[in-house]
Amino acid sequence: MGNLQLVLAISLFTPLITGLAVLLFNNRKNMRDICGPIGGIITFGSAIAIAMAIIDGQTISINLWQIVPGIGLSFNVTALGALFGIVASGLWILASIYSVGYMRGSKAKNQTRFNFYYAVAIHAAMAISYSGNLLMLFIFYEVLTFSTYPLVTHGQTKDAKDAGRLYMGILVATSLLLFLPALLWVWIISGTLDFTKGGIIPFDFSPSLLPFLLAMFAFGIGKAALMPIHRWLPAAMVAPTPVSALLHAVAVVKAGVFSFLTIVVYIFGIDFLLESGAAVWLVWLTAFTILTSSIIAITKDDLKARLAYSTISQLSYILLGAALATQAAIEGAALHIIMHATAKITLFFCAGAIYVNAHIKKISELDGLGPKMPLVFIAFFVASLSIIGIPPLGGSWSKFMLMVGSVDAGIPIMLLVLGISSLLNIYYLLEPCTRAFFKPSLKEIHVDNHILTIFPPVITAILSLLLFFAVDWVRLLTTLMVIP
Amino acid sequence: MLILNNIPALLVAIPLLASAVVSVLPSARIAWGVAFVTTLCCLYMAFELTEIVSASLTLSYAFGGWEPPWGIAFVVDGANVHLVLLVAFISVIATVYALTTLKHEIAVEDLPKAYAVWLLTIASLFGLSMTGDAFNLFVFLEISALSSITLIALGAGQDRRALLAAYNYLIIGAIGATFYVIGVGYLYAATGTLNLLDIIERLNEIGTNQAAVTGLAFMLAGIMVKAGVFPVHIWLPAAYSFAPSAVSSLLSAIATKVAIYYLARLLFGIFIDTTHLIDLFLLFVLMPVSVIAIFYGTIAAIYQIDIKRLFALSSIAQIGYITFAFSINTHSGISAGFIHLINHALIKGALFMAVGIFAIGIGQRATMNSLRGVGRQMPITFTGFVIAGLALIGVPLTAGFISKLYLFKAIFETGNGIYVAVIAVSSALSVLYLWKIFEVMWLQEPLQPLKIEKEPVLACVSLWLLVFTIIIFGIYSAGVSSYGMNAANALIGVR
Repeated sequence: MGNLQLVLAISLFTPLITGLAVLLFNNRKNMRDICGPIGGIITFGSAIAIAMAIIDGQTISINLWQIVPGIGLSFNVTALGALFGIVASGLWILASIYSVGYMRGSKAKNQTRFNFYYAVAIHAAMAISYSGNLLMLFIFYEVLTFSTYPLVTHGQTKDAKDAGRLYMGILVATSLLLFLPALLWVWIISGTLDFTKGGIIPFDFSPSLLPFLLAMFAFGIGKAALMPIHRWLPAAMVAPTPVSALLHAVAVVKAGVFSFLTIVVYIFGIDFLLESGAAVWLVWLTAFTILTSSIIAITKDDLKARLAYSTISQLSYILLGAALATQAAIEGAALHIIMHATAKITLFFCAGAIYVNAHIKKISELDGLGPKMPLVFIAFFVASLSIIGIPPLGGSWSKFMLMVGSVDAGIPIMLLVLGISSLLNIYYLLEPCTRAFFKPSLKEIHVDNHILTIFPPVITAILSLLLFFAVDWVRLLTTLMVIP
Repeated sequence: MLILNNIPALLVAIPLLASAVVSVLPSARIAWGVAFVTTLCCLYMAFELTEIVSASLTLSYAFGGWEPPWGIAFVVDGANVHLVLLVAFISVIATVYALTTLKHEIAVEDLPKAYAVWLLTIASLFGLSMTGDAFNLFVFLEISALSSITLIALGAGQDRRALLAAYNYLIIGAIGATFYVIGVGYLYAATGTLNLLDIIERLNEIGTNQAAVTGLAFMLAGIMVKAGVFPVHIWLPAAYSFAPSAVSSLLSAIATKVAIYYLARLLFGIFIDTTHLIDLFLLFVLMPVSVIAIFYGTIAAIYQIDIKRLFALSSIAQIGYITFAFSINTHSGISAGFIHLINHALIKGALFMAVGIFAIGIGQRATMNSLRGVGRQMPITFTGFVIAGLALIGVPLTAGFISKLYLFKAIFETGNGIYVAVIAVSSALSVLYLWKIFEVMWLQEPLQPLKIEKEPVLACVSLWLLVFTIIIFGIYSAGVSSYGMNAANALIGVR
């Protein structure tokens, strides 16, 4: 086993070992809660090392044996996978610190069980990012669904159980009805499922069936929350905020769009998809999703629900990039994974901090809260700007690349869609901040000060800013995806 | 060498003799010991048999030196060699399982006799899977029916409804056997022989013949009753749900499978199909019936409260998958059917074993209500149960996925995508009932405080042996898939 394979194994299994350590330290709270950050740092370090090696042009893979001819038990790091691995593991460090503050601050029960499944979910996310073929990706996609179910239903109230049922129902049903058959279809027509740059679908595959196959993937990957299969995402917001933050803003939904982007780049091949025109319908559906969910977000007064619909809208940016299938658009989609993850986790961190420290969930009750929690609201503001796409924040790059991509693809009307979406973003994301800072408070609100819930969003907000300047480094990875 | 040369005969004779010995033994423990050693011997011989057959492709064994077509012949080839191995393997594991479970369900003084009948069932299943003689098959069919009816009726100590279930099986099974023997009579009238290989040759000479067609139709109908094919499955749910749990796992795993194997042999091995009657039968009878079976079994299982009955109904659906694969009528369809035959035997055996352990643990029948919260109290069994359940759905890394994969492949090759939807929808539906059980067992609180007995070690060992096999076949499928290929090769020729 070479050094790089060892690093890969470390990054895959550290989260799992962390989960077991959490179980082991069930009775010693401080030991238990330090496991997450330590595991996060180790995983993140190895994810960085893997990305460096990929940029160097090395291949990192672990191949065990073949399950059936053409499908092996294998991990093989793609450029996109290396990027997603960094996102998931890096944000896990902060999220695990934050969840200690949040869970202790809100005096939640069953914290050990919570931390265990949290770590298992990260394991699944890491395994998704480093999967060597579509079947491995599918397996860990399901592991991610099942390991997040106890997290969504953590409150064990009736609401939580109903939401959990909807969550499982949509995600499992779509994956078994569409994703799995689509995957087998690909295996049957191409004899393999390995991720290969340029795609594996044979060029003589019937052009009339290609949009159909693409649709099976687009709707089968329910985690990407493309309308009309987005309902599980707002429902899952009953979960504690650290779950919404890491999983339903980062790991789970990003695993969804990551899977789809991987399929477009490494299964279909972008040139093949672009020439066939099989994804044009998807461009329009994503445009519809972007605008509709933004409009729904405006109507939501619950802060987490508003963020959830904003997430649906932003996920479709990434799907849009995949569907446009030009080089710039694909790069924009990949960049948007990291940019949106950083910004959206900040917003959720802030929402959770507001809830734990001031016990407020509704936007209409935020009036005058700004001066009492300045750091939280400044972080919220910065992250909002990043999502809107204003320089010098990370989100501006990905939006810019997507715009270039839509012009390249000959669908310039998408510029208009993206523009309108930005306007809507301004409206619904800046409202909480303006209320908090410029409206007088109506009643006296007692504000706690759980420090562990406050500094993670500040750090991620700073990260959003830094990513604007570090984009060249990220692009070392994303260009590897698209340059033949 | 004496043993190696006579393995096919010994596989039937040894359990048959042991059965006679066991029936007069005074102690249940000694009876079990003899039964266990017997099944171990059979497993060893089955392994030897696979080596012999892999070298010589087809082994024909003539009883008493009377060469076929005059004497009775056992034929072992690619289509049934691994079936024999499966029967031997499941027998060993189910016998181990029986030691710690059967004593909870049957009066102690009945145990030696129960093991005697147990061995008789196993002997008849070996006979059914190897015989190359149409009438000899009828004899084994009757032995197997009567002995398994006795075993099912033994469940009456737990629940009197077992008697009714056994009686139903007796009547319906007898009708099936009658159909079969009438068919044999017609075929004998047409060809003058009972040896299957000889029948094929004679039919080749005389061409299509009305009597032979009629005979085949009767034989098929009879065998379909035994195989639990919809809509003549009606004896099956009650029989499996009221039998003692060791019996349920033995019968559900291998008894129907042997009949299904023989069904395939009749469908693909016998007729040189000049009038495409078999093709028509497959397309217009077996395929729609299988699709209905898949949905009927799955949907009925969703609404079922009693867990054993639930899995018996799911067996109807799973048998539907196998016959559906056969009805595709291609090389890959037949091999997909045989692959699922093996995998489903392992999966369903494991599920019935786990349910049996739960029932013993809580001291009553396993239902959606009585199992609340039991998963947390019996984690070892529950984990095995979950893995077997996932395999039933067809989740990757389990044997069930391999079945689904080859089934999909066979369907895609026909170019008829609508059946992909059938399989996909039905496996998504099967998630519903399994998820319901998992949720009840893991997340819900028991209605009253549970007094759980400790998980019986040997029963857990046998469950986990099956579970490990399921996982191994799920991550390394070369063995099972080559069996599927060989079976199809043996039946319809090499492609």
